[in-house]
Amino acid sequence: MSTTSKRRRALVATGAIATTITLALAGCGARAGDDTSGGGPTAAASCVDTSGSTVKLGFLNSLTGGMAISEKTVSNVLHMAADEINAGGGILGKKIEYVQEDGATDWPTFAEKTEKLLTQDCVAAIFGGWTSSSRKAVKPVVEKLNGLFFYPVQYEGLESSPNIYYTGATTNQQIIPAMDFLASKGVKKLFLAGSDYVFPRTANAIIKLYAAKLGIQIVGEEYVPLDKDDWTSQVAKIVAAKPDFVFNTINGSSNVGFIKAYYDAGLTPAKTPIISVSIAEEEAPAMGHEVTGNYASWNYFQSLKTPTNSKFIQSWKAYPNSSGVTSDPMEAAYISLYLYKSLVEAAGSFDVDAVNAAAKKNTITFDAPEGKVTLDGKNHHISKPGHIGRINADNQFDIVWASDAFIKPDPYLEGYDWFPADIRKQLVGAAG
Amino acid sequence: MDVLIPQLLNGSAQGALLLLAALGLSLTFGQMGVINMAHGEFLMIGAFTAYLVQRVIDSSDVSIPVALPVAFVVAGLFGLLLEVAIIRWMYRRPLDTLLCTVGVSLILQQAALQIFPSQGVPVEKPHWLDGQLNSFGYNWPLRQLFTILLAAFCVATLAAWLKYTSFGRRIRATVHNRDLAETSGISTRTVDRITFFVGSGLAGVAGVAASLIGGTNSQMGTQYIIAAFLVVAAGGIGQLKGTIIAAWAVGVALSCFAYWTTGSLAQVLAFILVIVFLQLRPQGLFTVRTRSLA
Repeated sequence: MSTTSKRRRALVATGAIATTITLALAGCGARAGDDTSGGGPTAAASCVDTSGSTVKLGFLNSLTGGMAISEKTVSNVLHMAADEINAGGGILGKKIEYVQEDGATDWPTFAEKTEKLLTQDCVAAIFGGWTSSSRKAVKPVVEKLNGLFFYPVQYEGLESSPNIYYTGATTNQQIIPAMDFLASKGVKKLFLAGSDYVFPRTANAIIKLYAAKLGIQIVGEEYVPLDKDDWTSQVAKIVAAKPDFVFNTINGSSNVGFIKAYYDAGLTPAKTPIISVSIAEEEAPAMGHEVTGNYASWNYFQSLKTPTNSKFIQSWKAYPNSSGVTSDPMEAAYISLYLYKSLVEAAGSFDVDAVNAAAKKNTITFDAPEGKVTLDGKNHHISKPGHIGRINADNQFDIVWASDAFIKPDPYLEGYDWFPADIRKQLVGAAG
Repeated sequence: MDVLIPQLLNGSAQGALLLLAALGLSLTFGQMGVINMAHGEFLMIGAFTAYLVQRVIDSSDVSIPVALPVAFVVAGLFGLLLEVAIIRWMYRRPLDTLLCTVGVSLILQQAALQIFPSQGVPVEKPHWLDGQLNSFGYNWPLRQLFTILLAAFCVATLAAWLKYTSFGRRIRATVHNRDLAETSGISTRTVDRITFFVGSGLAGVAGVAASLIGGTNSQMGTQYIIAAFLVVAAGGIGQLKGTIIAAWAVGVALSCFAYWTTGSLAQVLAFILVIVFLQLRPQGLFTVRTRSLA
């Protein structure tokens, strides 16, 4: 074969690489900022019909693509909660009839499906989402069409929309308790390791400010792209920096690579433990024994002893194809449907404005597996207990620390004097 | 030096894994002009095979050595199936193979998601790979040494097979000049099939190595495929020694950039390096010399 044809083949290869990169980028939300407000009906009268014996709800989760790894379980838990509520008589006597849509790990798809669920399926509320990008894609649509969206995952805060209810933790319910725990352990030198996107970067900005107040020195800060598992070079920097503790905001499968490289480098939980905010009961098994002994900060753990939790675990174990393992995001998804039920029953109506008015009275409170939670009618987040768990050999968490009381949600960290207003403004702008 | 030498080992281990992933591509792309975007999923199949073998053989000390040949055969059979069912209809149409195999890759990812726990599965590392080897004043993680030895073994076996067996000669003849090889009585169809089997099988072996380093889940193949293609293009199509040097260089560049800049910037810088290199030398490090007129 001649050199010319070799050269052509090399060109084709380069073309192939370029195509792949483009495909990958398209999947990674390069278009996440797209204006979704063009076209479609304006906030006309809602087409929700609850005159029959049922109420339609929409579930929007990525069942395909990279995020299906996490969102599939959330979808299953939502189905289970709907079945449970139906078995108990439904909401206001109406059975839930759900429409499941696939967000396909593609943020513009999340926006399109939201519009479809609200205007064509005429659902009364939508439940789902996982990544902040998916929530940011849904937000303008539910705001324009005056719909309701229930978001079940801990996130970076700095947001509150009249059309979104947040059942996962905001930063002052997960990050700040974790820092309080570290301070109680006498940690002096902290290393920050995270995936390279909005949550870890915002979380670390907050951690650095609070660390300064607590007198904890930050001895390093490292990021690796979400889709890369190789952490060996960054772990080498941790070895060199000799911290007392590592604060881990890595997300997804990259955590497995991090934990394995950490173990290989001879770093142990006995000498340099890790505290994570994305490793829960579901993620831990994929890391094998190398993760045992490290810590995680969540509101809910499967090992929590509450009557509602035993019931939740029991139902989940009986659910078809279930792993029997529950985790914080699953619990937050489970209670999002119960939160909606309480709201509608307090309002006596499925109407969005009536539901929001009921929320404003600040009287919504119910027993969740994590404990008795209360909705904050102003910012649409719920109060949560802070817990730190230590991973044991069964990939369950032994609870080693709990906050004194349930922590009121404060997504903008307005109650913390060490968080300056100009940084808040800057972070809200960056997250916008 | 305290940092440079460990980083060189890091880089070599990373390069070794890249090499394992790229070897098969180099074979199929070099010989058949097929752009197989599902190659990363063969790697995933290898990793899941390691998990399944571990389910049968409880001890990871034994299961990983057993999983290596099993993963080779399983991934190889998937490759053979792909060749027989789809690829053979589109030889000499590289861009069509690109589109088709992207589809196959998505199907395989979704299938893995349906079959296995969506969060991924654990593959336990053998105890004899636990910890570090202390020598020459450094701590060498055993797992990294294992990856390098495994890659070296695969390359040596492949090179010997290509060089000393009659089948290897037939493959080389087909790479050099397909038409002439066919005229000389070589069944290029059979050669293509075996090449595809071996190429995909090597991805399976890479998968077992990858399962000891990162996560084993439906998405794991995607992070290797682009880098593997870059390595093949930079090394020179159809050239074993080019692929070896390119994989090592990219691995070392990635790990050194990651240490002295940041993890995100390292990816960018390594890609820029390869792209600039390809601009200067589009044919890659080495080319096949041939007198054919094609």
